[in-house]
Amino acid sequence: MKVVILGCGRVGATLATQLDQAGHSVSVIDSSSDAFQRLSSKFRGDKIVGNGAQEDVLRRAGIEAADAFVAVTNGDNRNILASQIAKEIFHVKKVVCRIYDPLRQRTFGELGLEAICPTTVVADMLLDSLSAIK
Amino acid sequence: MYIIIGGGGDVGYYLTRNLLHQGHEVLLLEKGKERYQSLSDELGQSVLKGDACEARIMDEAGARRADVVIAVTGEDEDNLVICQVAKKRFNVARTIARLNNPKHEVLFQKLGIDVTVSPTKAILSLIESELPGPRFVQLMTLKKAGLEILEMSIPSLSPVAGKPLNQINLPRRCNLVLIIRDSEPLFPTADTVLQANDDIYALVTRDAEEELRAIFGTA
Repeated sequence: MKVVILGCGRVGATLATQLDQAGHSVSVIDSSSDAFQRLSSKFRGDKIVGNGAQEDVLRRAGIEAADAFVAVTNGDNRNILASQIAKEIFHVKKVVCRIYDPLRQRTFGELGLEAICPTTVVADMLLDSLSAIK
Repeated sequence: MYIIIGGGGDVGYYLTRNLLHQGHEVLLLEKGKERYQSLSDELGQSVLKGDACEARIMDEAGARRADVVIAVTGEDEDNLVICQVAKKRFNVARTIARLNNPKHEVLFQKLGIDVTVSPTKAILSLIESELPGPRFVQLMTLKKAGLEILEMSIPSLSPVAGKPLNQINLPRRCNLVLIIRDSEPLFPTADTVLQANDDIYALVTRDAEEELRAIFGTA
């Protein structure tokens, strides 16, 4: 499987390393080349410096041949824009993104964008953990 | 009309002032604390502090009863989200987005944003139209009709120079509306003979543009 990942923060870098180790072809995009230091030294995928909301940058990352696209930059709106480019312009089959704001995640979920909201996921886990004390 | 504007930069500020002046009810949303302060010193109740990308703020702003939402921040991704949230959550009838990257135009239209305005593209056309020499400028796009208004000057070696209009095979969906010859306007008829250096104003469908350029030798 060929995966393009936008955003090489902790989540992006961890995901990229794991997919690469599992034998998938991975490209990672980040606006800063420093971010690629988070990748494992054994990482074999492509590293692309650029703004992932631009079509030519996505093209350079090989999005036209990608089976999946993941947007995990720090900006909700950037993830939303890039994911919709991946879906609507490049017709990538599987597109997932991260949206911190729960309301925005719900709105774009209703618009057909697959989005994970770490805010609610983590809050639920913390709540679970706390409810174990009694 | 009730109009909500997202982003209190220069564009947002002047837009708010103009629309207020025209008698509309306007609310400008600005998230930066200092910028908000200076805007509200001048515009008073017409400014609200908050991020227009957040549905909670838009709800507070009364987005449900807004006739138009205009997103003019400096970031395309923010403008997209403001308009999409306005449409989807609040059923706003008309959304207008400023585009900084003209390449995003197609995407925004696909995603249901009603109108996009690209200052970059507008400035380019304006400058191009002021350059000397043979030219071909897109003056305006009528998006819903799929039409463009073009300005072009006829090059001296153009195949159409010296020919009357009824002997030129124009694309089917194209209309020459005006000719400017030596600073004089001329409304073309079938017998009008085109001359080199005429400035032509044409209404043409997007897909016929290239055909028109080939015929006039401005390709």
